[in-house]
Amino acid sequence: MSLTPHGGRLVSVSTFEKSPEKSKELAENSTVQVSRETMVQMFNISTGVLSPLTGFMGRADYENVIDSMRLSNDTPWTIPVLLHVPETFNAGGGDEITLVDDSGNPVGLLTFEELFSISKKDYVKKVFGTEDEAHPGVAKTYASSDRAVAGRLKSVMRFDKGPFENYTLSPKETRVLFKEKGWKDIIAFQTRNAPHIGHEYVQKTGLAFADGIFINPVLGKKKSGDFTDEVILETYQALVKNYYPKNSVVLSVLHYEMQYAGPKEAIMHAIMRKNFGCTHIAIGRDHAGVGSYYGPYAAHEIFKEFPDLGIQAVFFREFFYCNKCAGIANEKICPHLESDRLTFSGTKLRKMFQAGETPPKEFMRPEVSQVILKSKTPFVE
Amino acid sequence: MPQTTTQSKYTTVSIPITLHDRIEKMIIKKSGFKSVSDYVTYVLREVVAMHETKDIPEPFTSTDVEEIKARLKALGYL
Repeated sequence: MSLTPHGGRLVSVSTFEKSPEKSKELAENSTVQVSRETMVQMFNISTGVLSPLTGFMGRADYENVIDSMRLSNDTPWTIPVLLHVPETFNAGGGDEITLVDDSGNPVGLLTFEELFSISKKDYVKKVFGTEDEAHPGVAKTYASSDRAVAGRLKSVMRFDKGPFENYTLSPKETRVLFKEKGWKDIIAFQTRNAPHIGHEYVQKTGLAFADGIFINPVLGKKKSGDFTDEVILETYQALVKNYYPKNSVVLSVLHYEMQYAGPKEAIMHAIMRKNFGCTHIAIGRDHAGVGSYYGPYAAHEIFKEFPDLGIQAVFFREFFYCNKCAGIANEKICPHLESDRLTFSGTKLRKMFQAGETPPKEFMRPEVSQVILKSKTPFVE
Repeated sequence: MPQTTTQSKYTTVSIPITLHDRIEKMIIKKSGFKSVSDYVTYVLREVVAMHETKDIPEPFTSTDVEEIKARLKALGYL
């Protein structure tokens, strides 16, 4: 038996292909235009990544999530999944709503359940722990409407994964894959970066006790200066090919927009990987953080509040290269001074690549560096 | 029916006073829990979750599995 999906069942929503007939059929309903991010959420709901959600949250779930970090049936959940609608939007109970993209094409069908308002100030304080508009999650929340529609997704248009179609697996697929491989203990690794040696050591430390590792890079809208999706995937392919034993890694991407909600987002990352069938998740320093809004190990602490999460977090301190140890270490195992240590700084790496330099091999595998150096646009503008 | 508080987010259950006192003494010594209620909630969630996860069937049929295996093979995952 595989690991139980979050909330007890893996959600599956039917899909439809884009067609003039479907557009005509759905044109009768009231419509709501949705963003690319919402389409990604719809895709994740439809494949069960966000199980047990079957659609967008209503008021009861919303309030319980922001106040108690749980759905209204007590299932752990830390970030609301809302469908924001314009102030003018109106619908009646039981109505069907056609969700359309920015060109007016239908991308989903929702059974209307509830229309409600939220306090954006309350939302950002409780979810992000700050009202500072310099925080990307706060800024995005303030830019959205404070009206939300709740409802169950009846069907969604087949999601366009662009060049990543063959690297996108659903939770059903990963669960079958892990079983076929005979893996029982599977550690998930969430990433939004090209891998440096520090990442590799976290993964390999996890792999030392697990049967396999599920490397699951996040693709989607990111901050300026982040690695592009293509580079993240290609660098991981280079790393896995050259430095991992065969049959020890599954590399598959997750379409998802980072919220930068630090500890609360770490719980959501764990829930999604539980739905993929993972038994463990690696949580490192400042997981899902941005700037200095969260303590470096706040994402470790929050897991103590969820004895019923159903996936085991494995916590890692930051790895570095120590000249005196002559190898990779972290503060738990290295007695030497900071001056003896080379830390894996993303900012330092970015500057080196922008100058066309290859980082030292203690910092990044040469095969990985080469992918970045060969890319015309390794970073998000 | 459980007796609910005015906020309707909490209810009262009865436990023996002796057990309550044991827990209170323990959590004073060991930090991490703010109250007996917090401790009891934590333990119950752990236990209930353990029971809930038993006997949940696989979330796919044998037909699903064959189709999935075919795609996984085509993509080089198997």
